[in-house]
Amino acid sequence: MSAAPSGGLRIANLTMSIRNLPILEGVDLHVPTGAITGLAGESGSGKSITALTVVGLQPSDAEVSGVIEHHGQNLLGLRARAMNRLRGKEIAMVFQDPTSAFHPLLSIGTQLTDHARHHLSLSRREARERALALLDRVQVPDPEDALRRYPHQFSGGQLQRVAIASALMCEPSILILDEPTTALDVTVQAGILRLLRGLSDDLGLATLLITHDLAVLSAVADTVTVMRRGRVVETGSRFDVLTRPQHPYTRELIDSLPNRVPRPDHGERDLIDATGESDGR
Amino acid sequence: MAAELVLTDVSIRYKRHGHRDVQAVDHLDLRVAPGEVVGLVGESGCGKSTLARAICGLERFQTGTATFGGTPIVPLSLRRRPASLLPIQMVFQNPNASLNPRRRIGSQLEDARAANPVDARSVAELLSEVEIDPSAAALYPHQFSGGQRQRIAIARAMAVGPQLLIGDEPIASLDASLQAKVARLVRDVALRSHTSVLFISHDLSIVRLVADRIAVMKDGRIVEEGPTEDVWNQPQDDYTRRLLAAIPVADGLGRLPG
Amino acid sequence: MTTLTSVPRDGRTSTRRAPRGAASPWRSPLTVIGLAVIAAWILVIVFSPLVQTHDPLGQSSDRLAAPGAGHWFGTDALGRDVFSRVVAGARISIPVAAALVLLSMLVGGILGAAAGYLGRVVDEVVMRIADVVFAFPTIILAMVIAAALGPSLFNAVIAMLLVSWPAYARVTRSLVLGAKSYDYVVAGRLLGFGPFTSLRRDILPNVLAPVLVLGTLDLGTAILTLSGLSFLGLGNVPPTPEWGSIVADGMQQFSSWWIATSAGLAIFSIVVAVNFVGDALRDSLDPQSQRMVRGRSL
Repeated sequence: MSAAPSGGLRIANLTMSIRNLPILEGVDLHVPTGAITGLAGESGSGKSITALTVVGLQPSDAEVSGVIEHHGQNLLGLRARAMNRLRGKEIAMVFQDPTSAFHPLLSIGTQLTDHARHHLSLSRREARERALALLDRVQVPDPEDALRRYPHQFSGGQLQRVAIASALMCEPSILILDEPTTALDVTVQAGILRLLRGLSDDLGLATLLITHDLAVLSAVADTVTVMRRGRVVETGSRFDVLTRPQHPYTRELIDSLPNRVPRPDHGERDLIDATGESDGR
Repeated sequence: MAAELVLTDVSIRYKRHGHRDVQAVDHLDLRVAPGEVVGLVGESGCGKSTLARAICGLERFQTGTATFGGTPIVPLSLRRRPASLLPIQMVFQNPNASLNPRRRIGSQLEDARAANPVDARSVAELLSEVEIDPSAAALYPHQFSGGQRQRIAIARAMAVGPQLLIGDEPIASLDASLQAKVARLVRDVALRSHTSVLFISHDLSIVRLVADRIAVMKDGRIVEEGPTEDVWNQPQDDYTRRLLAAIPVADGLGRLPG
Repeated sequence: MTTLTSVPRDGRTSTRRAPRGAASPWRSPLTVIGLAVIAAWILVIVFSPLVQTHDPLGQSSDRLAAPGAGHWFGTDALGRDVFSRVVAGARISIPVAAALVLLSMLVGGILGAAAGYLGRVVDEVVMRIADVVFAFPTIILAMVIAAALGPSLFNAVIAMLLVSWPAYARVTRSLVLGAKSYDYVVAGRLLGFGPFTSLRRDILPNVLAPVLVLGTLDLGTAILTLSGLSFLGLGNVPPTPEWGSIVADGMQQFSSWWIATSAGLAIFSIVVAVNFVGDALRDSLDPQSQRMVRGRSL
């Protein structure tokens, strides 16, 4: 763990409204270095917009208050230019759809090295070598060839790995992933989750993983925070939140998943819901 | 009079510009018996969607025979779909794309009812069955959430009085918390009308909740098929085992899937 | 990759999301000006007998008089009141241009829709003919056809129609092609919709808005082209006061600047006004129709 304690992210009392419509209310979230922080919630819970606010990409007419603390400064107060310096360098983001995260007409090599050369003033060769190393790290086969290829020539899973490599190019201290595996097949998802866990352990990043799927968080997150309608309803360690949820909404979310496990407070409960339940077969 | 879907040795091959041909469906056999819920599981590119579209007549089978209730399945031409094939209906993956955004949902349900003059339930009944307030018939699709739109799409398909309902990844675009609910709704609504279901999904754990039988598809072929609990508990094929191993479980233990 | 199936361009977001962006495009000052100018011209056309100060065809001995109290826009070489001629000209230039645009939309739209929907042979034939038409510069082709048919307003309209339908055909074709693959259009076919029902209920509403916007913006060009043809003597037959002809007359009497200028300003005012309104129409229809939703919103 190389980063100083303030290398993580501390969100305190984040409140947002857009044209008098409340979007976020008093959101508190701590994203420490060296761990994967899971942020869960359904559509409209505000989890994605929280992430966008961290990188300063919230809607322009949003009124925001609160603190997003990183390395001692409040990101909310930052001017555009200062935020531009941080974005992509200190704080990187990976989105749900890898195909729309890349420019269709530029090679992967160009897209991987562009921002690194800008932020870190690397030479073309240095940037290329770093890109190759990262592509190897994220297990994209044949990195040399990959640099020459274009986004449409990759499968969804591989492209998401490239997206992660791109995010890591400038050695960020914070990595935010918004539904990174939602659009991917389950076996591909498993590979990406494994990769994320490995990266978090090796690089000491502060990782914020946002998803609607609690099972995903159960696999990789260290802590889980649940949001609903713009508020945080529960926060705790992965084990606690998933096996001993305090808030009824969290319980509801967990119960609605197909692969439930018996909870101590629930007594006898089927491990998996069998088809016999609804039709008396 | 219930009908059975019988696919024997069917294939579909695509031509692509500048690429090799794609064998989307490769000499496949599949049956869906009346009143049965069959789960077709596979990952992207396995051909399951192509297969679903072909059963509806949106693609052409190049080999083998495909019949429903004894009637051969013919591709859709410029003419209206033949009445004998109307009992095959589909629910699509994307809830935002499957309803006409400019028409009220009540009208869209009426359109579907018009295809079923003999037997159709009222719009109000159809909506209640999918747990949507009947008074919402006057609203437009954008006024509903994704999960609700999907339920309306199910109601529309059911309005036709289908004998086979195909769900092409009907829950993939929904939140995890809604997926099980909507999947079960598809099963319940269909079985109540003695409609059989071909439930297509890449998510084995959801399919397990609703299917009587599971067929696992890979590269255009079915690699494993059997009663749900058998496939789940004693998978015979390697690929099936890999799929099962990749499913994350919400047990809080931090076990990496796969 | 399991992809979410492609979304129609007119998928909408849930109303829970707060409305964003600037105020309605219809409230923008330019749009209001545009609408006012168009309204004014419509009134002029309807009430032209009352608005005219003199008989547009009435010659007098007061030739090439500069604008003044008696003749607001002066008189031309035959002593005719320019103001009245411009007013009378509005009755020709604007409605004829509007009719032309409507006809082009209709003809182009039907051919384009047929090409997009029926595909294959129909598509090839229609599009190749369109390509041939596109290969010629518009005004030249219109001139050639008008010259061949003989100078008259009717023939000018025919010439322009033949030249302008391909643009609408092309746009309609691609819109129809795109719409054919939308899930709800497919669902309609699965419900047993025949092709006409499918076109009417599901496909056409997607086509109407963009084509309408195109037409509005095209109105200005139509007025200009018609005037251009008349200017060249290919459309309108004198002494009928069509704006282009008035400009042509004015070019003969260059020092009497008021003749060409007044008709020119009239053309300018309506073309700019229509363009402003067309922009507003596009802005008001587009954001709704272009917003994409990907399964899960924020």
